[in-house]
Amino acid sequence: MVEHRRFGNLLPHLVLIAGVIVVAFPVYLAIIASTHDNTVIANGQMPLYPGSHAFETYWNTIVSGTGRTTREPVGSMLLSSFVMAVGIALGKIAISIISAYAIVFFNFPFRMATFWTIFITLMLPVEVRIFPTYKITSDLHMLDSYSGLILPLIASATATLLFRQFFMTVPKELVEASKMDGAGPIRFFFDTLLPLSVTNIAALFVILFIYGWNQYLWPLLITTRDDMQTIVIGIKKIIDVKDALTEWSVAMATAVLAMLPPVAVVVLLQRLFVKGLIETEK
Amino acid sequence: MENRAIFSGRLLACLLVFPQLAISLIFFYWPAAQAVWQSFLVQDAFGLSTEFVWFENYVNLLKTPEYYHAIGTTFFFSLLVVFFSLAIGLLLAVMANRNIAGVQIYRTFLIIPYAVAPAVASVLFIFMFQPGLGMIARALQRNGIDWNPVLNGNHAMILIVIVAVWNQISYNFLFFLAGLQSIPKSVIEAAAIDGARPARRFWTIVFPLLSPTTFFLIVVNITYAFFNTLGIIDTATEGGPNGSTSTLVYKVFLDGKAGSDLGGSAAQSVILMIIVIVLTAIQFRYVEKKVHY
Repeated sequence: MVEHRRFGNLLPHLVLIAGVIVVAFPVYLAIIASTHDNTVIANGQMPLYPGSHAFETYWNTIVSGTGRTTREPVGSMLLSSFVMAVGIALGKIAISIISAYAIVFFNFPFRMATFWTIFITLMLPVEVRIFPTYKITSDLHMLDSYSGLILPLIASATATLLFRQFFMTVPKELVEASKMDGAGPIRFFFDTLLPLSVTNIAALFVILFIYGWNQYLWPLLITTRDDMQTIVIGIKKIIDVKDALTEWSVAMATAVLAMLPPVAVVVLLQRLFVKGLIETEK
Repeated sequence: MENRAIFSGRLLACLLVFPQLAISLIFFYWPAAQAVWQSFLVQDAFGLSTEFVWFENYVNLLKTPEYYHAIGTTFFFSLLVVFFSLAIGLLLAVMANRNIAGVQIYRTFLIIPYAVAPAVASVLFIFMFQPGLGMIARALQRNGIDWNPVLNGNHAMILIVIVAVWNQISYNFLFFLAGLQSIPKSVIEAAAIDGARPARRFWTIVFPLLSPTTFFLIVVNITYAFFNTLGIIDTATEGGPNGSTSTLVYKVFLDGKAGSDLGGSAAQSVILMIIVIVLTAIQFRYVEKKVHY
C-alpha cells in the first residue's frame, strides 16, 4: 500500500485464490457428485465435471425416496428446517426487542435483576443442559412439535443486548417529542422505534436464520418422527461411514439442498450478514 | 446503566419482559438447576430410589481414565482448531485488506463456510476422505498412506480438525478484516517512511494493534471448538475409533444418551457449564470494553 511493489499484487491474489479454492472445492464436489450415478461415484471414478443424472437424483431426493431405503423424502425435511429457522429467527427477534424496550425505556421494579437474568442465559448453551431441557420439553408434551423445536432455543441474550445497545443511542429528545405529540409507549414503539430498528432487525434475522437452520443437537434429540426431522439431521441417516452402500449421489444432493438456503441468504444479503455478525458478537 | 427510563407503565413493562423471562426460566434456569441438583444424586440401577451423595459423582468422574482422555482430546482438538482457523483467517484477511481488484468476489466466496451447518460440512469432507471412493482418500492411498478414519484414531482426528477449521475460517476472516480496517493508515505509513519493510510493519505494528480482535477471536474459537463441533463429530466419527475423537461435550451427549448414569452425566454437564461461564466472563471482562453495566 505504501511502497512500490515489484510484483504488484500477485501475492495477495494467489493467496486469496488458494483460499477460495479450499473453501469452494468441497461445495463444488458435492454439486458435481449430485449429478452423477451412484456406481460411478462408488468406483471412485467420478469426473470433475457435471454428469447427466441431476434431474433423477434430485427427484429421488426431494420427492420420492429411493428403492432401497425407507427414508423420508427430503422435501418434508426442508419444510421442517424452514419452519424451524424462521420460527427461531422471528421468535428471538420478537421477544428480545420487547424485553430490551422495557429494560431501556421503562422504570419498573427489578429492572436490573431482569437484565442480568437475561444476560446470564449466555452462559447456558443448549449443549451443557441437554438432557434436563429434553426432559422438561418432554414433560410439556412438546416432543415432535414445532413449538418444541423452536421455543427452547428462542431466549436470546445476544439479541436483547444488541437491541438494548441500539435503543440506548436513541436520543431522549425523540421520546420527549413523541410524548408531547401525545403518543403512549405502545405508539412510540410502533411509530418511532420499530421503523428505526429495521436494519438491525434485518441483520439479526439473517444471522438467526442461519443459526436456526444449522441447529443439530436439539432437533436430533426431540424429533423422533421421521416427518419432523430437519434436513441437517436427516443427512446423517443417509450417509453411513461404515457402510459401503451409502447412496452418495443422494447424500450429496441432500447436502446441496441443506446448504442452499443459508448460503443464498449469506451471499445475497452479504452486507446485512456482515453487519449482523459483527454487531451481535461484539 | 444510566437511567433513561421514561415511561412508567409498570404493568406494560412486566408484560413486555414476561415472554423472555418465562422462556429463560423454563428452558434455561430450570434445566441448569436440575443438572446441578442431579449431579449430587445417585440413582439405583432400577431408578427406584435416589440418594444425596454430595460430590461423589464428581470424585468418581475424576477417577475414570476415559474422562481424562476426553479432556486431553478436547484440548488437543481445540488447540489445533483455534490455531489453524485463526492463522488461515488472519492470512486471508491481511491479503484481502490490500487495495486489490476483486476483493468483493473473494469475500463472497470466503464467507460461504459460515453458512454451512457443521454436520453438513462434515458430510462434504467425509465424501472427499472416504476410503476407496473419496478423491483425497484415493490420492493419499496412491501415495502409500493407508488412510482410514474409521479405524485409525489419528486419521479421525485429522478429519474433524479439517472440517472444524474449514467451518470457522469465514468467521475469523471477517473479524480480522474488520479489525485490520480499523487500524489507521497513518500509523503504518509513518512506519514505512521510517524504513520498516512490510513483514516488520506487520509484526511490530499491525499485529499488536490487532490484539484485541485476536484475543476476542481466541475466546470465541475455543468456545466454538468445545461446544459447536458436536455436529461434526457425530456425523464424521461418532467419537471413535475407541474414543479418540470424543470431546467433553460429545461424551456428555453419548453418556446421557446411554442414560445409565444420570448423576455422572449431570456432573459432566456442570463442569462444562463452569467452563462456559469462565469463557464468557473472560470474553466480557477483558474483551468487551464497550458494554458498561
